Amino acid sequence: MVVFLGLPFCFYVLMVLYPFTQATYYSLTAWTGFSPEQPFVGLGNYARLASDGQFRTALGNSLTLLVVVPAVVMVASFALACLLTFGGSTAGSVRGMRGTAFYRVVSFFPYVVPAIVIGIIWAQIYDPSGGLLNGVLTAVGLDRFTDFAWLGDVGTAMGATIAVIVWAFIGFYMVLFVAAIQGIDPELFEAARLDGAGRVRSALSIALPAIAGSVRTAYVYMGILALDAFVYMQALNPNGGPDSSTLVVTQQIFSTAFSQGQFGVACAMGVVLALVTLLFVGLVFAVFRLLGVRGGARG
Amino acid sequence: MSAVVDRTAGGARTTGPERGENPRGGRRGDRAVGAASQAVLVVWTVLVVAPLLWTLVSSFKTTQEIFASPFSLPTSLHLENYVNAWTLAGIGRYFLNSVLVVTGALVLTMLLGSMSAYVLARFPFPGRGAVRTLVVAGLTFPIFLAVVPLFFILQQVGLLNTLPGLVAAYTAYAYPFTVFFLVSFFEDLPAEVAEAASIDGASEWRTFFQVMLPMARPGMAAVAILNFVGLWNQFLLPVVLNSDQGNYVLTQGMASFASQAGYSVDFGALFAGAVTTIVPVLVVYLVFQRRLQGSVAQGSVK
Repeated sequence: MVVFLGLPFCFYVLMVLYPFTQATYYSLTAWTGFSPEQPFVGLGNYARLASDGQFRTALGNSLTLLVVVPAVVMVASFALACLLTFGGSTAGSVRGMRGTAFYRVVSFFPYVVPAIVIGIIWAQIYDPSGGLLNGVLTAVGLDRFTDFAWLGDVGTAMGATIAVIVWAFIGFYMVLFVAAIQGIDPELFEAARLDGAGRVRSALSIALPAIAGSVRTAYVYMGILALDAFVYMQALNPNGGPDSSTLVVTQQIFSTAFSQGQFGVACAMGVVLALVTLLFVGLVFAVFRLLGVRGGARG
Repeated sequence: MSAVVDRTAGGARTTGPERGENPRGGRRGDRAVGAASQAVLVVWTVLVVAPLLWTLVSSFKTTQEIFASPFSLPTSLHLENYVNAWTLAGIGRYFLNSVLVVTGALVLTMLLGSMSAYVLARFPFPGRGAVRTLVVAGLTFPIFLAVVPLFFILQQVGLLNTLPGLVAAYTAYAYPFTVFFLVSFFEDLPAEVAEAASIDGASEWRTFFQVMLPMARPGMAAVAILNFVGLWNQFLLPVVLNSDQGNYVLTQGMASFASQAGYSVDFGALFAGAVTTIVPVLVVYLVFQRRLQGSVAQGSVK
């Protein structure tokens, strides 16, 4: 038992859990990483962050992602999953749209493409002159998009970035929800239809409550991903975008630590990020409990 | 996107009240909803496939052709893009590094993860709850909080900027997910088999490797595939822990290639590199697609 659990777990503690606690301690120091001294400054780093305009911008952007991305992904992937499972013709038995298997396989494609490559591809799609998006828009007559820089305009950079992240994940969660909905007893849908429930009613009153546990797990994962978002940002706008409009906390941590060597401050940012994450997870669980989802992970 | 879905949804409501045999109007409405739903799915499919297809087509074009028109087909198949990406941009080397690191980390993760999950699932011991909680904690906390100290830990043991160091880091960060997923899997296996094996005199090792592990094969396969995709796509850990260009993994190599391409402007090769990065995972996915979708299903139930 020592070998089976003890050694791997110690390795995990050393490589994963210990760094978490260490980072928390470093956040109270003015350590620069390359000097042996780690002058203790208490909450000084946090006070500095509170008045740091750049960091507050980054935090605001991260929170925007946290609010928008999971919500959009969940709604869209749930809607698509419903179409594929019971959105089909209402004549005969309850079924999904034709070609369900095909749509499932294709929708999953973005999930297997490395995030950095997704970012690189979309950076090219958004390219002002040679990109696919402006090519399509000008081809249908929207000439004002000739040479429009989607990632270079304060008004569109964040929206364009969010679209990429959403694109990357809808398919994955759609497949997950399809599987969960298929676990529901089909007779429930039949009965609801006999009682006059349309597709929307079936989706909201039968499918959604039945898979609420899966939705909660998915929401938490998507939120954690949205708070990270580092890869996408590095590929689309490595320097934080126009007027720092797409700068996020993780980018700020990375540059503060590894370009500026302010490890204490970077760790303080990491702690703030961890607190936001925990708060978010707690909030999601609380909301779902209020909605009556059972405590266990099983949906 | 969601606006389109909403419109379909609104249409569906009108077909609601009919019972059994739909009157003609309802039937027509039903068909309209069906057509709209199908349209939504087709639009979604185009949105997914078009960027990937465009990448593939562009990978055969010269940079001039790419900027001349995003829709034009390549005048001839410029396969030299692939050669340039593979050799000049070093994608070949990064590819090999990725294969080495991911293979090593995957084997280690599955071995350590399954052993730990087995113990956690089958043997009650004091502190088991705490260990489980700590495993879940590793799943929840942002890796970003840990990367700074991790950087110095690897530096102290001399594994910074080395492939074994990356294998260690990959393994450690895939461990909590693997354990979390496999614990519930081992819990569902019948306990009698393990008891019978030990009554027959099998050691713990033999019971685990020759009896329990083969029984857990479906769960192991599912976790292994998800881990493979996750490790192959890993970006943050190598960027922080592995700044020696000779040791770059594929994702890092693509990122640095993309940031250089702004100056040397070989976009054809950039697209070729992207295709080279996507294809192995896509092939693994298409081959194991049924199993992977099944494992996602399992994950959703757990």
